[in-house]
Amino acid sequence: MSQPVNSPHFNANARKALDDAFLQKALARSEKGFIERRKAAVEKLPEYDALRDSARDLKDHILAHLDLYLEAYEKNVIASGGHVHWAANADEANEIILSICKRLDAKKVAKGKSMISEETGLNAYLEENGIRPIETDLGEYIIQLRGETPSHLIAPALHVTKEQIEADFRRAHVDLPPERNLDEPTSLLAEARAMLREKFLAADVGITGANFLIAETGSSVIVTNEGNGDLSQTLAKAHIVISSIEKVVPTREDAGTFLRLLARTASGLDLSVYTTFSTGARREGDPDGPLEYHVVLLDNGRSNMLGGKFQEMLRCIRCGACMNHCPVFHAVGGHAYGWVYPGPMGAVLTPSLVGVEKGGQLPNASTFCGRCEEVCPVRIPLPKLMRNWREREFERHLQPAAARYGLGVWAAFAKRPAVYRAATSLAMKMLRLFGGKGRLRRLPLASGWTEYRDFPAPEGETFQSLWKKRGAAR
Amino acid sequence: MSGRDAIFATIRKSLRVTGDDSLRRESVAARLEKHPRGIVPARGQKPEAERTELFRQMVENAKASIVILDSKDDVPAAVAAYLRSKNLPQSIRHGDDERLSLIPWAKERTLEVTKGASDGAQLASVSYSFAGVAESGTLVMLSGADNPTTLNFLPDHHLVVVDERDIAGDYETIWDRLRERLGAKAMPRVVNWITGPSRSGDIEQTHLLGAHGPRSLHVLVVRNS
Repeated sequence: MSQPVNSPHFNANARKALDDAFLQKALARSEKGFIERRKAAVEKLPEYDALRDSARDLKDHILAHLDLYLEAYEKNVIASGGHVHWAANADEANEIILSICKRLDAKKVAKGKSMISEETGLNAYLEENGIRPIETDLGEYIIQLRGETPSHLIAPALHVTKEQIEADFRRAHVDLPPERNLDEPTSLLAEARAMLREKFLAADVGITGANFLIAETGSSVIVTNEGNGDLSQTLAKAHIVISSIEKVVPTREDAGTFLRLLARTASGLDLSVYTTFSTGARREGDPDGPLEYHVVLLDNGRSNMLGGKFQEMLRCIRCGACMNHCPVFHAVGGHAYGWVYPGPMGAVLTPSLVGVEKGGQLPNASTFCGRCEEVCPVRIPLPKLMRNWREREFERHLQPAAARYGLGVWAAFAKRPAVYRAATSLAMKMLRLFGGKGRLRRLPLASGWTEYRDFPAPEGETFQSLWKKRGAAR
Repeated sequence: MSGRDAIFATIRKSLRVTGDDSLRRESVAARLEKHPRGIVPARGQKPEAERTELFRQMVENAKASIVILDSKDDVPAAVAAYLRSKNLPQSIRHGDDERLSLIPWAKERTLEVTKGASDGAQLASVSYSFAGVAESGTLVMLSGADNPTTLNFLPDHHLVVVDERDIAGDYETIWDRLRERLGAKAMPRVVNWITGPSRSGDIEQTHLLGAHGPRSLHVLVVRNS
């Protein structure tokens, strides 16, 4: 099953995104807020950078001992009355979840937000098998109504405008009076709250993701601002957690290190409103809570990333800061990336999980400005990892013929300095013929560039010749 | 090979390790056993009076409201006043927590007090918190019959009593207290950290209160409990 990969069409997706007026409006609106909120929260915590260093080191320690922490985690889940299921790939994870639902005769599932379930294509799979999953995070609910996938890790409906949401609600909530006023975001929220409250109370099974898994206690941790993950897991007969193997952390104290970074970096809050540590099912004497607690642990290619060039990517805690600060993401949004994970983290993770043949386009979608690495709470060297992919893509002859040919021609000149100098100064002169001074609005063979922006006309000399002159004058 | 064995085999192959390396095992066991503290922000490390003041500020930053009461005997009047201020019926639901049973609810003659979990029909609930954390204005709630988890999420208004002496500077102190109470590794079914009322930023990234959980959160700190 798993979600289909549309990443090889990044270029076409990006072009479509640039022409999408709704999307461009939504992106323009979101850019500033995320950046400013993170900055304000970080400035209020003097220990922020020290926490990042220690989070990076802690993740490296965990990954080096991943097998042992997973063993300890499993043991403690079982000791607290829960069940652990291991899934090597998406199909196995989906089948495990379906079999639990079938055994409980479940027809309706309330779902908290989970990117891992996006990875496995869980919703489509459950629907094919007669089970109705309802996304309960407001953003996820909106995109489920629209038949879309999330375009951002923590703001799945980032690409949708208020007017579009109103239209979706009017289309989906047909039992409500058509003349009702939905002009204000607050009335949209109130309507979603009422609709979803019924779903929570009617759900047979609650499925949530996990931000962290704690080995010491066998607990799963989710953070939400809405409380939807809590209602999903508290009111159903069974709580199923779907998570990936690298989410395990040693202790409750260690979870605290990441929690102090996560919300600040993601949304600018000191903590998310609800941080929930779930350990096993309803205990004797408990008046509420699920009767069964299951954890499905997905590998899906992650174990192959350990010990290799891309291991550092497994430190990611899914805060979304890299995409919030990415000029490419700001221009094209998340869907252009063509699979589950967008932005710089997606550009590194996607080829790791689906293969460089399908995901190799994404590491090219970067200006290498380095802002993603600057804001990453676990200091993942994203630009370096993207360069690793580019090299691998080139080595394996996966780039388009034109790009390979262009690089080959450039390399042939660059290896011969005298020829290179002569050729570039000739090119400068030719460019001046086209545009004189100022900016060039049209260029032969480069309409792909000039269609969207002007090309600066050369000042008349190459950098190398200017450098030489200034060096001589000094 | 089962899915589990295959995953462990690949992890160990990729890391170029075996499962029986005693140095690695010792390092993991030691961390789980000693649960060393990481970096604890200086922000919450204050004497009690200042800590309570920080807690108050952080609770308000998180868009909850807070009152500080001299004694448990003041709780009924404070609850009644809150319900009145929100134009709500004088009715509140709580769990079996003995500390809640000892509150002299009868002092508010019009206040109806019911007991049990929530089925979604109640507008207001009151819980007794295990602890507060000044660093972020967070309430720490433990599941169980004393304070049913549904009371934290289903009613529109959640009122939470916390004893001043249970307000700590940081999360680490609370975990140690929980270890003391339940045992080294034990956890209740759920520990809820609650920092402000429910909200969503999913409509055009504007934060709106009252998503799926309570629309408002009211904290009552008791000084001399």
